Amino acid sequence: MLLDSTLLYTVLILCAVGVIAAALLYVVAQRFRVEEDERIDVVAAKLPGANCGGCGSAGCRNFAEKLVASEDLAGLFCPVGGAATMKDVADYLGRAPVEKAPQTAVVRCGGSCAKRPHTNLYDGAASCAMSAMLYGGQTGCIFGCLGGGDCAAACNFDALSMNALTGLPEVDQTRCTACGACAKACPKLLIELRNKGFRDRRVYVSCRNKDKGGVARKSCAAACIGCGKCVKACAFEAIALADNLAYIDSNKCRLCRKCVAECPTGAIVETGFPALKQTKDG
Amino acid sequence: MEKKLVISPSPHVYGGENTLRLMLDVLVALAPALAVSFWVYGWNVLVVTAVSIASCVAAEWLLQRFLLRGPLTVGNLSAVVTGTLLAFNLPSTLPLWMVATGALVAIGVGKMSFGGLGRNPFNPALVGRVFLLLSFTGAMTTFPAVTDAVTGATPLGFIKGGLKSGLSISELASQLSYADLLFGFKSGSFGEISALALILGGIYLMIRRVISWHIPATVLGSMALLSGVLWLADPSSYMSPLFHLLTGGAMLGAFFMATDYSTSPMNRRGMVVFGVGIGLLTMTLRLWSAYPEGMSFAILIMNAFVPLINKYVKPRRFA
Amino acid sequence: MAKKFRKGGVHPPENKSTRNLPCETFPLPEVAVIPLSQHIGAPSVACVEVGQTVVVGQLIGRSGGFVSAGVHSSVSGRVTAVGDVTDIRGMRTPAVMIEVEGDTWLDTVDRSEEIVHECDLAPEEIVARVAEAGVVGMGGATFPTHVKLSPPPNTKADTLIINGAECEPYITCDHRLMVERSREIVVGATIASRALGVERTVIAVEANKPDAIEALRLAAAGRVEVAELRTRYPQGGEKQLIEAVTGRRVPSGGLPIAVGAVVQNVGTAVAVYEAVQKRKPLIERRLTVTGSGVARGGNFAVRIGTPFEKLIDHCGGLRDDQIKIISGGPMMGYATGNMQSPVTKGTTGILALSGSEARRRPETSCIKCAKCVSVCPMGLEPYLLIKLVRLGRAADAEPRAILDCIECGSCAYTCPASLPLLDFIRTGKRTVAQLKRERDAK
Repeated sequence: MLLDSTLLYTVLILCAVGVIAAALLYVVAQRFRVEEDERIDVVAAKLPGANCGGCGSAGCRNFAEKLVASEDLAGLFCPVGGAATMKDVADYLGRAPVEKAPQTAVVRCGGSCAKRPHTNLYDGAASCAMSAMLYGGQTGCIFGCLGGGDCAAACNFDALSMNALTGLPEVDQTRCTACGACAKACPKLLIELRNKGFRDRRVYVSCRNKDKGGVARKSCAAACIGCGKCVKACAFEAIALADNLAYIDSNKCRLCRKCVAECPTGAIVETGFPALKQTKDG
Repeated sequence: MEKKLVISPSPHVYGGENTLRLMLDVLVALAPALAVSFWVYGWNVLVVTAVSIASCVAAEWLLQRFLLRGPLTVGNLSAVVTGTLLAFNLPSTLPLWMVATGALVAIGVGKMSFGGLGRNPFNPALVGRVFLLLSFTGAMTTFPAVTDAVTGATPLGFIKGGLKSGLSISELASQLSYADLLFGFKSGSFGEISALALILGGIYLMIRRVISWHIPATVLGSMALLSGVLWLADPSSYMSPLFHLLTGGAMLGAFFMATDYSTSPMNRRGMVVFGVGIGLLTMTLRLWSAYPEGMSFAILIMNAFVPLINKYVKPRRFA
Repeated sequence: MAKKFRKGGVHPPENKSTRNLPCETFPLPEVAVIPLSQHIGAPSVACVEVGQTVVVGQLIGRSGGFVSAGVHSSVSGRVTAVGDVTDIRGMRTPAVMIEVEGDTWLDTVDRSEEIVHECDLAPEEIVARVAEAGVVGMGGATFPTHVKLSPPPNTKADTLIINGAECEPYITCDHRLMVERSREIVVGATIASRALGVERTVIAVEANKPDAIEALRLAAAGRVEVAELRTRYPQGGEKQLIEAVTGRRVPSGGLPIAVGAVVQNVGTAVAVYEAVQKRKPLIERRLTVTGSGVARGGNFAVRIGTPFEKLIDHCGGLRDDQIKIISGGPMMGYATGNMQSPVTKGTTGILALSGSEARRRPETSCIKCAKCVSVCPMGLEPYLLIKLVRLGRAADAEPRAILDCIECGSCAYTCPASLPLLDFIRTGKRTVAQLKRERDAK
């Protein structure tokens, strides 16, 4: 009989504890409830949930709050979800969708190990931020990639990896969401978010070297030497030359590829073209 | 080819210390105690130690090779140190399969499950010992006889048992010799018996700057203080502080177990808090708990407080 | 009784093999490359043109502001270029290149060996002469000396400490200077203390240089104090030195003047002496060439602008293929990848380490030995700081006083696991400093 009563009391007491705790929880939940626009939850669910910070907000929920609060969605764009997601969100909120061409990250340095000989050996901790703070780099070029892999470490989508052969980062375009984390991580500002382009075809100057031609060429065989041949070759005024460095405006470029053939150092790179497709490094 | 200069941020020189050297120093410091144990208990001591070390090293290697697939770190001898310390906490007559089991628990549960060297919150050797003590209490508390007076029981167990059976402290104390306690002619886990050899090892570690004096001094000091106060208040029911310092795992714990790097605080003020905690807990357990021994539990309990100590006890800043 | 700072520190092997080699005057280079920014603060502005002939001591770079210093020609000859050169870091920096022809000096400079003891100039005149001569801190920090000699109006210095600790291993140029030019140091110290109006002037030397202490005591003849310091790195650190000598601690984020102290290097004392008494601008400096990478070492008086390569060749050239060349000492010096780097006002030594000495040890896992905490002279927790910075939580390192770090390198030196502690703390400091600036801007 003792056993029975022990069992009975145990069950009863536990039930009582459960009920009291539930009541307490309910009261507390009511007392401290935060009033929130229920649309935020819906919008947050429509977002990719990557929490990459590419939109400039601290995570997707924060971005959803901004979207709901915004009158016209100006300046708010989710690079990961792209136009489709933004349209979905805009339709739900009953506002005009924001249009933005899809982008991807491109690395603007072609100074592979073969083309840009090392002049010294960096032996500190592998971090671009650190070596950039103290040194110009391991090569004669002080503008180029340091090879520490800060960009690859910053990527949340496994879209960037360091190529051991070239010593340069490579972008996997299928995974890149253009969140811009790598561009922020690079102390040499080598990574640019460029329009993906028609059928992923792009032409860009893969160099940031602002040294004079001779100096640049001496340190790297793939450097832009600022000769200006591409500027003359371009029929659409898409190429500008400043500080001994050419830059192709992806909004003006018509992908004719005349400049690629003109460039004496091969600093202008084309991607996504069918027949003439070439690797970035020789 | 042109010479490539090496560039790196300062400093450009290293001190003479590395993990391997520190571990070697600990092993050297443990050697005198091992020698005394061998002298007192014979070949069993070496067999148990060898099995314990071999099992620890094998466990670490196998886990890293097949389960964690990370870099292999057995070369830094930390598993050898754990194996030796675990063996030191065992009776020399313990069946070898139990030794191996204890080693596996020490390395597998106590160390590798947390990520290996430097990441374990609890002293691995003590995890192994406590596991064995709770699982195989009989085998773990049966010690071979050393002197006629205290047959097969540790001095602490002898006193505790004696008091229970109604004998007085003075009657019990008369059967013990402080010289035997100091030199190692007593029953117990074989590594803890010779207080003198352990003190020598501890001094060696301090001279080599492997450990600082803060933890051993505060552990032993607070033990002496608490037992001393009680002894002065009532000498008829408490043993002297000297007895407590020379028995059980006091010296082994204070010099070798509590000072384990990963499981002790990161600055000297924290070490003092930690040491005092261990000393007081040890005495509490010895005097008022069911177990005659308290050092292992005290260290493990204080290990759990280390993250808290590190968070709240900070080094004094320059300015 | 030798004095010492109270907290942390290490004692690396001294390796001061060149301590007994008298200072030699180094031959003139064929071409001197004189950077226009050899000091902390605004770079100076070139005031010579290509093709112009200059003489030794002539101003070639005008001071670019109050916290700045003028640059003078260290050689006589023709200016061949004014433009960017590759500096010690591999970056570009403006410089003046001069092709050396003969050795003609500016005629206002008193080149005699005779020592001029008396100085009855007003403090302002002393500061003006020091500024005119382009004197900067010669211990390596290169802070313009005239700024240090004119403390802000609401502060008052009562102690001048002349830093002869030279706690960096290998380097011996200050040691030789103290032995060979102790009288100039004493006169320079008294002139500096006159400019500052301090009550107490102390020349502080580590105990491992007994001959220097003796020479200075003899030269001082009771006019200034000579204090013996216990040999312990970083004894020559400004905050540590002030504590050792005066017992006062510079507050976090504060300057030495906050506790009434001004610290000048012994080399600076000599430069002050020469600037004020001899009207000689800062155009040469003493440095030590040493290390396992060169055949022989030595102490040299070198004209500013001499390339490192010339000094190394003079000392027998590089001995190994794997070499690290460090400007300064092994604890805080700067490893350079450019053999053509010119000697500047702040070059205390050229240390060439070869073979395995030149390389970092591979990093292993932290064993929580707490040695980094116990050696940190600022009472920081390096193991925690590196962890936070690596996790990208540098902001959390700010309340843990990461900005107090003096970058002495004791933590990384002592680490048994060879963790790049200082590398990451430095990165973290920069991140935190930037966050702080952004916050202040708001």
